[in-house]
Amino acid sequence: MLRFIVRRLLITIPTILVVITLTWGLIKLAPGNFYSGERPLSAAVENNIREKYGLDKPWYQQYGKTMWSIIGRLDFGTSLRYEGQSVNSIIRRSLPVSATIGILAYALALVVGITVGSIAALKQNSKWDYASMAVAMLGISVPNFVLGPILVLIFSLTLYWVPPSRWNGFPSRNLILPVLTLSVVYMAYIARLTRAGMLEVLGSDYIRTARAKGLSEKDVVIRHALRGGLMPVISYTGPALAFLLTGTVVVERIFALPGLGNYFIQASLNRDEPLIIGIVAFIAITLLLMNLLVDIAYAFLDPRVRYQ
Amino acid sequence: MTTEKKTEPDELIHIPPEMAIAEADVRSEEAGEFVRGSSLWRDAWRRLLKNKLAVFGLVFVIIITVASIVGPTLIKRTFGFTPDYIPSHDLRLTKSFPPFTGPDGEFSWAHPMGTDNAGRDQLARVLQGGQISLFVGIIATLVSLLIGVTYGAIAGYFGGRLDDVMMRIVDVLYSLPYIILVIVLLSMFRSQTPRGQLILLFVALGSVSWLTMARIVRGQVLSLKNQEFVLAARATGVSGPRIIFRHLVPNTLGPVIVYATLTIPQIMLTEAFLSFLGFGVQAPLASWGSLATEGIANISVFPWQLICPGVTMALTLFSLNFLGDGLRDALDPQMRTV
Repeated sequence: MLRFIVRRLLITIPTILVVITLTWGLIKLAPGNFYSGERPLSAAVENNIREKYGLDKPWYQQYGKTMWSIIGRLDFGTSLRYEGQSVNSIIRRSLPVSATIGILAYALALVVGITVGSIAALKQNSKWDYASMAVAMLGISVPNFVLGPILVLIFSLTLYWVPPSRWNGFPSRNLILPVLTLSVVYMAYIARLTRAGMLEVLGSDYIRTARAKGLSEKDVVIRHALRGGLMPVISYTGPALAFLLTGTVVVERIFALPGLGNYFIQASLNRDEPLIIGIVAFIAITLLLMNLLVDIAYAFLDPRVRYQ
Repeated sequence: MTTEKKTEPDELIHIPPEMAIAEADVRSEEAGEFVRGSSLWRDAWRRLLKNKLAVFGLVFVIIITVASIVGPTLIKRTFGFTPDYIPSHDLRLTKSFPPFTGPDGEFSWAHPMGTDNAGRDQLARVLQGGQISLFVGIIATLVSLLIGVTYGAIAGYFGGRLDDVMMRIVDVLYSLPYIILVIVLLSMFRSQTPRGQLILLFVALGSVSWLTMARIVRGQVLSLKNQEFVLAARATGVSGPRIIFRHLVPNTLGPVIVYATLTIPQIMLTEAFLSFLGFGVQAPLASWGSLATEGIANISVFPWQLICPGVTMALTLFSLNFLGDGLRDALDPQMRTV
């Protein structure tokens, strides 16, 4: 186990370096500059800017400086557009917003998805099974940027039940629509995964044994079947985290929430180079470490899994 | 050895399993028995037809594809306007009409999906947008197919250390936040022309969605490469690349078709997502994603501007997903996961 963790970390660290290098390279290779606008700058002004941001130095010195401050000191630099704000402070401020929405959405998706998926598996080939799986497929097929505004139209602009947008702190009614919009896709995926996993487990020998020794159906399902049936859901958590990131980008744009995704899109549109690199690096580090955690959890939960 | 002699045995030996069964089929009929053998594909087709949702998917995909291709021309013939036609008679009258409503507010067949802010016909625009959306989905899937099949087949066929390294690379790429990288790529290299942007989109989307395809093909090739027909091909002196592409790859067709069908809606969804964020298809070209995005701005006043392209796209993706699921069940009943 320890060897597995060490080996995975040995792959994870170079991967993070590759992601940062790739982003840095894309930005440096791209035509134009962050300071070039509609009007051409005078040579003196341009030289001053280049000197201030260290662009007059050779590329390997710029690269080395960026990498060292990110890896060595976890300092992502200063934003070019949000005057005087460090990238770290922007991440610190916007991360709680994204994390709140993401965690709530995933929790909601787990609860609903596992319930629906288990019932569908227990009543395989019934009307309920077909209906819930068709609805799940619909949930996968409707883009969240179409779903979100439609929910706003119905629940905010027509029924006046919940506010349509804006961030208003953690427990607040403003969270209902963003969380719902974000979680629909995961609900659908988790319901499908749970159904598939449960169907496989329900046909296995140990479930027959549990039934044969006279356990109630409730005990069989909850204590025995769910345990094995949920393995696909757990292994889905890794990819889900990545999807969750892109999902929050859309949801934050629709509902005007000051999260990480919103800042990332703004930075990409504004060519705010340190902010782009900072957010990409932060996301890559989080994602890879979370993936590692999921793999370790998987090994603990399923004794059949052995990592060399 | 001449080239003629080299290709001949190769052609003779490679009898795909479905052809072999079809031959047996003919023989048994000649013998007067009432046994009808059936080929892999015919069998799969029959199974597919039993799956109602998959058939619905297939029919809808065909309808929407044909409608996207001929629709704009047909509308021009019938009503006389192109997707870009902006009525200019009286600018004060130009506003967004609800579905099935004419300029006078009465029922009319002219605009079944209403019009947009400039008075352009929504149906014509949605059908034209379908051309772009489907085109992006299909071309990017082909790009991912090309990379994924080649990569997976090479890794599977040569095996050993090469396979280890190649698959480890895939593992690493799997864990990357690739959408984020695609956004960086598209925003940094934003093309000045809509066509350039479209090509950038194909490359970006295709080059990040080949990973699963590579894994599937590798798995298939691993299980096929030790079979007799490969040994026979090798014994007759067929070269490595030729064995891979003439003998192994055609036999992985089933899973590849299934996965390609499921990749198209994924890529279309990603394209829509990128268009929503402003990195996708550029005006004057429009995809379902960019049409829906335009509609979001007017959601409270003209909801049909979002709902019409949005629902069309959702139904298409729904159909493609169900078709892919149905194909998987039909082509490989044992592969029924998720």
